[in-house]
Formats: sequence, structure tokens, C-alpha cells
Amino acid sequence: MRLPELVPDPVELPAHLAELRAEVRSFLDAERAAGAWTPRADVWLSGWDPGFSRRLGERGWLGMTIPVEYGGHGRSALERYVVTEELLAAGAPVAAHWIADRQIGPSLLRFGTEEQRTAFLPGIARGEIYFGIGMSEPDSGSDLASVRTRAERVDGGWELTGTKVWTSGAHRAHAFFALVRTSPPDEANRHAGLSQLLVELDRPGIEIRPIPLLTGAHHFNEVRFDRVFIPDSRVFGEIGHGWAQVTGELAFERSGPERFLSTYPLLAALVGELTAQDGVDAGTRRRIGALVTRVWTLRNMSLAVAGALESGAAPELAAALVKDLGTRYENEIIDAARLLCAVPPDPGAEGGFARLLADSVLHAPGFTLRGGTNEVLRGIVARGMGLR
Amino acid sequence: MTRNTDLARLAESIFADSYEKDATGLDPAAWQACADAGLTTLTAPDTGGTLDDAAVLLEAAGAWAARVPLAETDLLGGWLARAAGLEVPDGPLTAVATRVPGGDPSPGTPGGVLTSDGPAVSGTLPRVPWGRSLAAVVVLDADRVLVLDPATAAVTEGANLAEEPRDTLAFSGTAPLATGTAPAGAGAELALRAALARALLLAGAARGALARSIGYAGERRQFGRPIGKFQAVQQMLAEAGAEVAAAAAASAAAARTAQAAGFAAPETLFAVAAAKARCGEAATVVARIAHQVHGAIGFTREHDLRLVTTRLWAWRDEDGNEAHWNDRVGALALDAGADGLWPLVTGRP
Ligand SMILES: Cc1cc2nc3c(=O)[nH]c(=O)nc-3n(C[C@H](O)[C@H](O)[C@H](O)COP(=O)(O)OP(=O)(O)OC[C@H]3O[C@@H](n4cnc5c(N)ncnc54)[C@H](O)[C@@H]3O)c2cc1C
Repeated sequence: MRLPELVPDPVELPAHLAELRAEVRSFLDAERAAGAWTPRADVWLSGWDPGFSRRLGERGWLGMTIPVEYGGHGRSALERYVVTEELLAAGAPVAAHWIADRQIGPSLLRFGTEEQRTAFLPGIARGEIYFGIGMSEPDSGSDLASVRTRAERVDGGWELTGTKVWTSGAHRAHAFFALVRTSPPDEANRHAGLSQLLVELDRPGIEIRPIPLLTGAHHFNEVRFDRVFIPDSRVFGEIGHGWAQVTGELAFERSGPERFLSTYPLLAALVGELTAQDGVDAGTRRRIGALVTRVWTLRNMSLAVAGALESGAAPELAAALVKDLGTRYENEIIDAARLLCAVPPDPGAEGGFARLLADSVLHAPGFTLRGGTNEVLRGIVARGMGLR
Repeated sequence: MTRNTDLARLAESIFADSYEKDATGLDPAAWQACADAGLTTLTAPDTGGTLDDAAVLLEAAGAWAARVPLAETDLLGGWLARAAGLEVPDGPLTAVATRVPGGDPSPGTPGGVLTSDGPAVSGTLPRVPWGRSLAAVVVLDADRVLVLDPATAAVTEGANLAEEPRDTLAFSGTAPLATGTAPAGAGAELALRAALARALLLAGAARGALARSIGYAGERRQFGRPIGKFQAVQQMLAEAGAEVAAAAAASAAAARTAQAAGFAAPETLFAVAAAKARCGEAATVVARIAHQVHGAIGFTREHDLRLVTTRLWAWRDEDGNEAHWNDRVGALALDAGADGLWPLVTGRP
């Protein structure tokens, strides 16, 4: 009756983090009181605010785990976790720096050249350089290893041709990592011949076309490369090792608090609406309780994964479990909000419950898709449990 | 914090050695082995054991469907006697709360009514866990604690869904073995201790059900291959895996909070309530999926899946079901309001 470890050991946040948390909270309170932004749902996709990102940078709350010599702050992953969860719970506009801070920084540290680190990390930590992710293609979604964008060897670099899609923020980001084919596909080893290139998005030959979301907002893009020259200095990691590099990043990407807090501001607003009424019936109280019980549990699971990552483990199975459970939970909040508080969603409202509900409903389909679909994640879980 | 893996191994080896799928009632061999290893008094003050250790032990007991009242003896009966300044009797114990002042006992918690005539007490305690096998039952009766000898009671045997003893003890003019004064808040603490213990047992039983299901899916062949190779089955088991992980994380976090802050702390009430509710929810999903994966064989007494699934069904309703504890969490959340909710979830700074 042996089972693989489904969730790492519990983590106790060191006591001194309470101080950091309090600082972040009072900063956010002050920003909100000054009307700098309005809390929104799914802020890490849609809350693009370079001014806010720079203010976080000034406070030392970006690039927290990047070493000081690269402009970062040499702090722990758990310290970063505390800052991140506070920002998300408050519904603060974090999208501009999100990808750069979450995954590009750590990746550059792991696989980047010295020149690449010096060129990008300080700007990431200041909240001034933004990145996207160039993985998906029109015919490569869940089956990412089938990417067709190809890079051909030319003098001094590579020439890139192909199309990426669903690239969040590409129209405003400075650069992205493109997963590309550097040698022809090999059916015997589908993961071979893939590489990552660091593509600055202002290079000649790049065309970025908007793809509006259900809300009408512009976050997604199609990015086309027509013989775009990428110098050797922008090869990321090793040619041919793209797949290992990409999958190595996934545990960071999959288990963070953004995988269960996208609609947390709506839950808080729901509680606010209910406390304004006199008398809440037992059924409603229980439903709220169940939602709070779940977010508390998810946070403990996600923290456990963060703790394991900090100690050098790669808890891929646990990260996939957290994301499956967490992204389904983000949807549960929406259903409860609709049914417990009969306020129709209003996409035109400035903010508040009706607006949070509207954005949440229209963003919800993305929760269980981005970063790998729940069905595909469950395949990973099944493999981790020894079934495949 | 690394969990106590030596303790987990010790517990599993005891439970695996005495594992007998058709037996019911207290398992004397396992009890003796636990007692010899000090596991029946794990959290007594002089042993150095923590609630985190108890968590490891109870989770293992749940996974193996161990027939030993470890939680009842150590965390409930032993604690209550000690809290009242009484000597802790040797052997299996249970705590029961009757007439808790201002207390609103969790549904599915043993209770009952006692009346006094001088030092002697009379009355009936229904559904006492392991009643027929106890050395003593420790009763929280309003503001006092009584240690009663079940041998002096008329015992009517009963059981929960998992065939664990839940007996009715009728006392008539019985002199308690000992009497003490209950500390303030004993009723509330007893309810939290019971819910925490039950949550840990549930998390273990959920793990046991998943482990059996994965093992079975790797062996059972249909259409020429193990059913575990079918994507539909994999998706079900992955969903169960997420629930097992959630139950483990929630119950372990509650134990850690109780250890760090004590049972009187508001964050412990929140954490234990959330953990019992979450583990109850996980129990429902995991038991459903485990039976679906096992097909008809799991629906029979021949197969040992029932040992864990019947416990999941029984325990989710004991010591407060999901509705009860989610109601407590919901009340705390509504009291906290929109701005206080997040501090409640993260633990007060
Ligand atoms: C909000 C959002 C932001 C995104 N941002 C980016 C970004 O910045 N950069 C980027 O590169 N990509 C991004 N993506 C793309 C995302 O990674 C893909 O949507 C995702 O990988 C799924 O691919 P697909 O959309 O092509 O769906 P498909 O792969 O076509 O899948 C369609 C359906 O079939 C199911 N399915 C497919 N294969 C299997 C299988 N083997 N077993 C079971 N079910 C299967 C899927 O689960 C899904 O339900 C984003 C997506 C969203 C929604």
C-alpha cells in the first residue's frame, strides 16, 4: 500500500515574514485609498500597470529571489510567496511584470549567459522589463512538442520563421522566450531538436496581431516571424535542450498562488455584500465556509510545494495536483457569488461586486486552460502515481 | 519542518503486522504493540510527543484501518483526565461530553445525560466509541470531570458504518473512579480535539482508499490491458489524488496550528474547523471514485476496500460533519468581513 508523495511536508512560514506581510498590506491599503487602482479579478492576466510594477520594484518586491549582484534582493522563495499572495488577494494590477518576475528571472539564472543576466535581470527587478511566453502555436497546444516554428542556422545566429499564438501581453512586452525547432522532427524522440530563443519583440520581421478575449480586451496575440534574425547571444540555454528547460520551469509555473486566487477578490466582495445584509441564513454561511475552507487548504498545499521548491526538490506531481484543484476552485467562487448574491454581472461598472463578477465569468474558461489544461495535468498526475 | 518518518514507519509496521481484514472490534495485538511503543500516550506531557507526531500516527492508523482507539485514548480521554488534575487510567480510554455549559457539541459526538445522587451517578451515554473495550470513560459533565468504569455499566453494543464499536453505556448509581474540576473551555477544546483527530484519520483513510485503487487499477485487466491505462480511469484517480492531497495538507496544517498556538487560540478553531470540513468533503469524493474504479468486487465484503471506504463514510459524520464545521468557518468569515477575510485565511499577523 505504497503511494508516491502527493503533497510535500507542510511549511511553517518563518515568523519574521509577518513584518513583510504587514508592510505589503499597508502599501496596498494606501494605494487603494489613493485610488491608484481598483481591485479586479484575474489581475495577473489583465491588470497591466507599468507604474504599479515600478513602484513594487522600488520597494524591492520584484526580483526578490534574484541575487543582489544582478539587481535583485537575494531573498527566499517564501518571502516572495508572501508578497505575491498579498498582491493577488488584493486584486492589484500585476500583469506587466508577472511573467518576467515569476519565471523569466529564475530561468535566466539557471540557463542564461552572464551577458543575458546582466542585460535583463536588473530591469526585471526594477519592474521595467516585461516578458511573454512564446510556446503555443496554432497546431501545438496540449501537444507542445509538436511545435513547428523553426530556426535555421545562419551566419552569427539563427533565422526564425513561424507563428506563435495566445501570447499574453506580447504587444507590450519587451521580449519573450520562443520554443522552436532547431532540427527536423524525429518521430522516435519527439522532444529532441527543440530549443529556446530569447526574442526581443522589436526585431524586424516580427508581426504582432491582437486576438481579443471574450471581454473584448486585448491581452492575447498572434506573433508571426518572417525570417527574423536572432543573434547567437540570444540563444537561451543549450541548443537541443529546449524541452528539458521548458519542463523544468513548470513546477514554478503551476503551483503558485495565482492558480487559486484569480477570483479571490470576488470572494472578498461577496463576503462584503453579505455582511451588508442583515442576517445571513445557515445555508449561505455554510457555502461561504466551504469556500473559505477550500482556499485555506489550497494555500497550505501551494505553500508546501513552494517550500519543497525552495529546498531544491521538483515536486511536479504535487504542482499539477494543486493546479487542477486550484483552477477548479476559482470557478466555484463564481458559481457561489452568482447564486448567493443576485446581482447581475455588469461589465461596464467601474469596479465592485458586479464588475468583479462580470470579469470573473468572462475570464473563467482560461483558468483551466493556461499553463496546461486540467485534463493534461491529470495525465501527469496519473503518471506520477504509477499508472502510465 | 520534516515530518516524523521514523514514527510513520513504526506505526505502519505495527498496523501492517496485525492487519486482519475480517476482524472487528479492538485489536488487542495492535493495542499492545502501540502501548509498548509508547504510542497510546504519545502527547502526554512527559513524552515529548507533539500534535504533529500524533498527526503522523493517526494518519497511518486511518490508512490501515487500524482497530485501536489511539485518538480517543491519548488526545481525548487522557487529555481530559489530565486537564482535570486526575491520574490517567491505563488502557483504552474515551472522552464523552454531557451537559457542556454554553457548549454546542458537534453533531455526531458522543454525549448523553448523567444525574447525581451524592457521589454516585446514573444515566445513559449513547454511542460511546469502543465502549465495550474501555478501561475507563472520561466524562466532561458540566464543570466537572468524572472517570467511570464501563465494567459497572450495562453495555448495549452498537457500531458505526465501519463496524467500529459505538456502544451505549447505562450507569445506575455508579461511584466514579475519580472526580475532578474541569478547566474553563474544556468543552470547546474537547470538540476541537475530536474534530482534529477525526480529520487526521479521514486523511489517512482517504490515502488508503487511493492506494488500494491505484494498486487495483494496475492489476485488473479489461479489453486486454490494465484498466489504469484507460484515460477515463486515470482522470478519476487523479481527481481522487487531488482530494487525498487536500485532506493531508488540511489536517496536517490544523495539527501544526494547534501545536503552535494551542486549542484556545482563534486560529486553531478556524484551522481545525476548516480541516474537518475539507477532509469530510474529500472523503465523499475519494470513496465514490475508489468504488467506481474497483467495480463490483469493491462492493462486497470479500474485498478490503470496504475497510477504508466505510470509515470515510462513518467518520465524515462523526465529531461534526461538513455542514457543522463549514458553518463555523462561514461565521468566522462573515465576522471578519471583506477586509478581514484574507488575514483570517493567512493566520492573523
Ligand atoms: C488565459 C490564457 C493565457 C495563455 N497565455 C499563453 C502564453 O502567454 N503563451 C503561450 O505560449 N500560451 C498561452 N496560452 C495557451 C495555453 O498554454 C493553451 O491554451 C493550452 O496549452 C491548451 O492548448 P490549446 O488551447 O491548443 O487546446 P488543445 O490542446 O487543442 O486542447 C483542447 C481540449 O482537448 C483536451 N486534450 C488535448 N489533448 C488531450 C489529451 N492528450 N488528453 C486529454 N485531453 C486532451 C484539452 O484538455 C482541451 O480540453 C494561454 C492560454 C490561456 C487560456
